[in-house]
Amino acid sequence: MTFMAKPKFHHPQLQKNALGYTRRDYEGPVSTLCAGCGHDSISAAIIRAVYELDLPPHRIAKLSGIGCSSKTPTYFLGASHGFNSVHGRMPSVLTGANLANKDLIYLGISGDGDSASIGLGQFAHSVRRGVNMVYIVANNGVYGLTKGQFSATSDKGAKSKRGALNKDEAIDLVGMALQLGATFVGRSFSGDKDQLVPLIKAALNHKGAAFIDCLSPCVAFNNHDGSTKSFDYIREHNEALNSLDFITGRQEITVEYKPGTVETVTQHDGSRLRLRKIADDYDVHDRIAALSYMQQRAAHGEIVTGLLYVDPEPQDLHAHLNTIEQPLNSLGTHALVPGQTALDKINAAFR
Amino acid sequence: MQPTDIKNPEYFHKVVDCQWACPAHTPVPEYIRLIAEGRYADAFMINWKSNVFPGILGRTCDRPCEPACRRGRIEEEPVAICRLKRVAADYKGDISARMPPKPQQKNGKRIALIGAGPSSMTVARDLAPLGYDLVIYDGEKKTGGMIRTQIPKFRLPEEVLDEEMGYITAMGPEMRLGQRIDSLKELLNESYDAIFVGTGAPKGRDLFIPGRQEASAHIHIGINWLANVSFEHVTKIGKRVIVLGGGNTAMDCCRTSRRLGGEDVKVIVRSGFDEMKASPWEKDDAIREDIPILNYLVPKEFKHKDGKLIGMTFEKVKAEYDAKGRRNLVPAGEPDQYFECDDVIIAVGQENAFPWIERDIGLAFDDRWNMPVVDETTFQSTLDKVFFGGDAAFGPKNIIWAVAHGHQAAISIHKFCQGEDVKDRPPTHMNITSQKMGIHEWSYDNAISVNVRTAVPHQDTHIALKNLRAEVELGFDDRLALREAQRCLNCDVQTVFNNTLCIECDACVDICPVDCITFTEDGEEQDLRTRLNAPSLNLDQSLYIANGLKTGNILVKDEDVCLHCGLCAERCPTGAWDMERTLIDVAQAGSACCTK
Ligand SMILES: Cc1cc2nc3c(=O)[nH]c(=O)nc-3n(C[C@H](O)[C@H](O)[C@H](O)COP(=O)(O)OP(=O)(O)OC[C@H]3O[C@@H](n4cnc5c(N)ncnc54)[C@H](O)[C@@H]3O)c2cc1C
Ligand SMILES: Cc1ncc(C[n+]2csc(CCOP(=O)(O)OP(=O)(O)O)c2C)c(N)n1
Ligand code: SF4
Ligand code: SF4
Ligand code: SF4
Ligand SMILES: [Mg+2]
Repeated sequence: MTFMAKPKFHHPQLQKNALGYTRRDYEGPVSTLCAGCGHDSISAAIIRAVYELDLPPHRIAKLSGIGCSSKTPTYFLGASHGFNSVHGRMPSVLTGANLANKDLIYLGISGDGDSASIGLGQFAHSVRRGVNMVYIVANNGVYGLTKGQFSATSDKGAKSKRGALNKDEAIDLVGMALQLGATFVGRSFSGDKDQLVPLIKAALNHKGAAFIDCLSPCVAFNNHDGSTKSFDYIREHNEALNSLDFITGRQEITVEYKPGTVETVTQHDGSRLRLRKIADDYDVHDRIAALSYMQQRAAHGEIVTGLLYVDPEPQDLHAHLNTIEQPLNSLGTHALVPGQTALDKINAAFR
Repeated sequence: MQPTDIKNPEYFHKVVDCQWACPAHTPVPEYIRLIAEGRYADAFMINWKSNVFPGILGRTCDRPCEPACRRGRIEEEPVAICRLKRVAADYKGDISARMPPKPQQKNGKRIALIGAGPSSMTVARDLAPLGYDLVIYDGEKKTGGMIRTQIPKFRLPEEVLDEEMGYITAMGPEMRLGQRIDSLKELLNESYDAIFVGTGAPKGRDLFIPGRQEASAHIHIGINWLANVSFEHVTKIGKRVIVLGGGNTAMDCCRTSRRLGGEDVKVIVRSGFDEMKASPWEKDDAIREDIPILNYLVPKEFKHKDGKLIGMTFEKVKAEYDAKGRRNLVPAGEPDQYFECDDVIIAVGQENAFPWIERDIGLAFDDRWNMPVVDETTFQSTLDKVFFGGDAAFGPKNIIWAVAHGHQAAISIHKFCQGEDVKDRPPTHMNITSQKMGIHEWSYDNAISVNVRTAVPHQDTHIALKNLRAEVELGFDDRLALREAQRCLNCDVQTVFNNTLCIECDACVDICPVDCITFTEDGEEQDLRTRLNAPSLNLDQSLYIANGLKTGNILVKDEDVCLHCGLCAERCPTGAWDMERTLIDVAQAGSACCTK
């Protein structure tokens, strides 16, 4: 753990975004995680994404459960709203907050233990309801905070640091998210910010349930030979589908690519995702094909990364519930407690 | 790109920009840390070894280190390096026991040194412990050269000068003060093994415009006048004084005038304010003493009446820049300006003069400048046993350059007397030690202070102006010194990378507050500089390159604005970064003065 505060000085040429903030303004205090933890790189990627999107910190709410991964919201977006909930319960707290105030941008941060073990049900329901959020699982294949037990995403056959073999089948969160109707699904690696940052930016602009499974090596308990979530293993088995540029509505596309190698996906709000395809025949709009592709490659031991699926016209929970435009938390008591006459009217409708 | 050879002392030396910029290469951060610890005597000795005159320089140095100070790249102002040096001198206590002992045995060689200014005295300091018989000549009755005759006492108390010259005279050179050398030829006949010429640039430039002759009784040449003040031959001046010139001599003349009875003292300069040669702080000090500085005025005529100076006229000019960006002063087309005055002091430059060096003795002079031909590395003239240094070598500079020349000339003289090749220069040494004490403990204070530069307390101006000898700057006390010392970034504590340990986890990249570190594909320097995590605009500062990483990427660290905070090393899971202190020891003659 580092005890020293990060010096306030920054690079003299550090750019400011449209709001006049530097990237450093989106930081939090210095991380207390183990030095080299992949989770810290994800925090850095989130900081960059939010800075580059010119998002005002006070419009973001970061929510998490329990675990090293769930501690990370402390270390980024120091000026945003935060809620560190109980183990596996981030999705329901996030859903509630989102229902009350749909105007905030919801960033759910969780771990593989937090989401695939104790919180599996919560994860599933928040995704199938289409809560408008970015749900990031920092996936290291272990319970890092409790000293490295296998988690539910640990691959069958993987070895623990002490040499124990994992005999259980792994839960594939990406597969589940696809099945459960997430309208944006990606997978990435903490050690590849060029891929991760645009993915987070695109997810933050997606008006629906966006899920990112981010492989994030635990340097303390899961970075040895025999681990399938180590820096070396992931680098060797990483198969990137595409690389992504996220372009907001205002920006012009300047770089040209050969036709056929690039696909531009225009989202509802006018922002565009430009996919530079690596696997030519992969279709990011075909949920079923995505599922089977993922499984095929997994059978060959490959970890497919990139934007796996996106629905450019997503619907979210508020659309399903047909709530009013105005955030519910801004309605006055008068609107929320309409009084006896209104109640009588409703009751009469059931008679 | 080629991986960086960090074994070459020059690489890390250039990262310690203050030390690199110091002509005598004083290990600045090392002594600043000692000051922070209250170890003033140790800090003094580090300085004394490199720059010989810490107390003098701590008050008067031109401080080329400060514009180079890396702190100035990340905030407004550099560390007050120079004034911290003074702290070491002020609070060191008695250090006489730490001075090098007189050599037990003489080496049989005799050296003459002409001039007792800082360059000669440095040569003497370096050579005395090696057993040389040294004879120092000076036309003046005291040591110090222009430091004594020119620099006013309110900037440099005489006791400080006496003390620091005294350390050298105590080393036993024969002092022939008051003895001017009138013929080098004759001196060459006195069978010295080598001769050092440190006679300075003693001639003040004059200004030949109408009225100069007629009004000469009240027109003074700056450096002569300052010397006369110093010797107390001159004790007063008229009420209204004009000082001509924009350099530091002009600043000393105007401030001295204010102390000798000048009430309406002004400095009048041809150039604009910003282009003036005087150091910014010297200008500030003059202005603080109610001395206006008038710019873009070219002297035209001395006005006189009945043989007495009454005023001066000036032509107003303006700056124009040609296509190449060169500045020309052209008439502004305004009427001439007239200023009444009682005295004028001309401080428009200084020149060398060698009337006492015969031109037929085999010592070549440059025809154009009428200057001796001197080798820029060895300081040897074309007459192999005669060496030059200080202002005498390449024209007027300053004390710290005189010292630096002195060290190099001493190396050459030593080699020459030992029959070695003077061109073969001794190498720089680098001592490098890890600062790691525990997982998060370092043996240097790596927290970065956000304090702005500490101002040096000044004597009240009313009191200062009443006494020519009252020192204006009062220096830092221990509390202010500590505060200022903590602003130093410890740029000699280097980030050292071990490519075999790095797992490319990016932790160092993410934590670095100034975005120094990038892992990327290899490429040529020009291209690489465009691909780093932060703009890399300072081409004078090297990139630290390491290869051999598993992914095939290279590590690129732009040294430019590194804070030496050690966070990269703290956050590295494998210890691939270490913080290591480099002590860079630039060679001196025979290394006899190494006192650490
Ligand atoms: C007004 C003024 C203010 C200055 N202020 C500063 C300052 O604040 N900081 C700074 O760094 N520099 C300052 N300088 C410059 C600095 O004083 C010189 O650069 C420095 O002293 C040069 O040292 P030196 O050893 O070359 O020779 P000098 O200091 O010039 O010494 C030469 C000595 O040689 C003697 N000499 C000359 N000819 C003979 C001869 N034929 N025989 C015997 N002896 C001889 C002279 O009497 C003199 O003592 C200032 C200069 C002036 C004029
Ligand atoms: C209700 C409850 N059960 C168990 C725990 C103990 N516990 C703390 S963190 C953790 C696992 C966290 O794993 P993961 O979400 O993968 O986070 P990581 O530390 O690996 O980032 C567990 C089981 C708890 N805090 N609360
Ligand atoms: S235990 Fe593992 S997951 Fe937790 S902080 Fe350390 S490296 Fe990261
Ligand atoms: S010491 Fe390391 S972390 Fe600190 S500024 Fe330098 S490179 Fe960055
Ligand atoms: S923190 Fe250490 S291991 Fe990680 S990338 Fe930096 S040097 Fe390499
Ligand atoms: Mg985990």
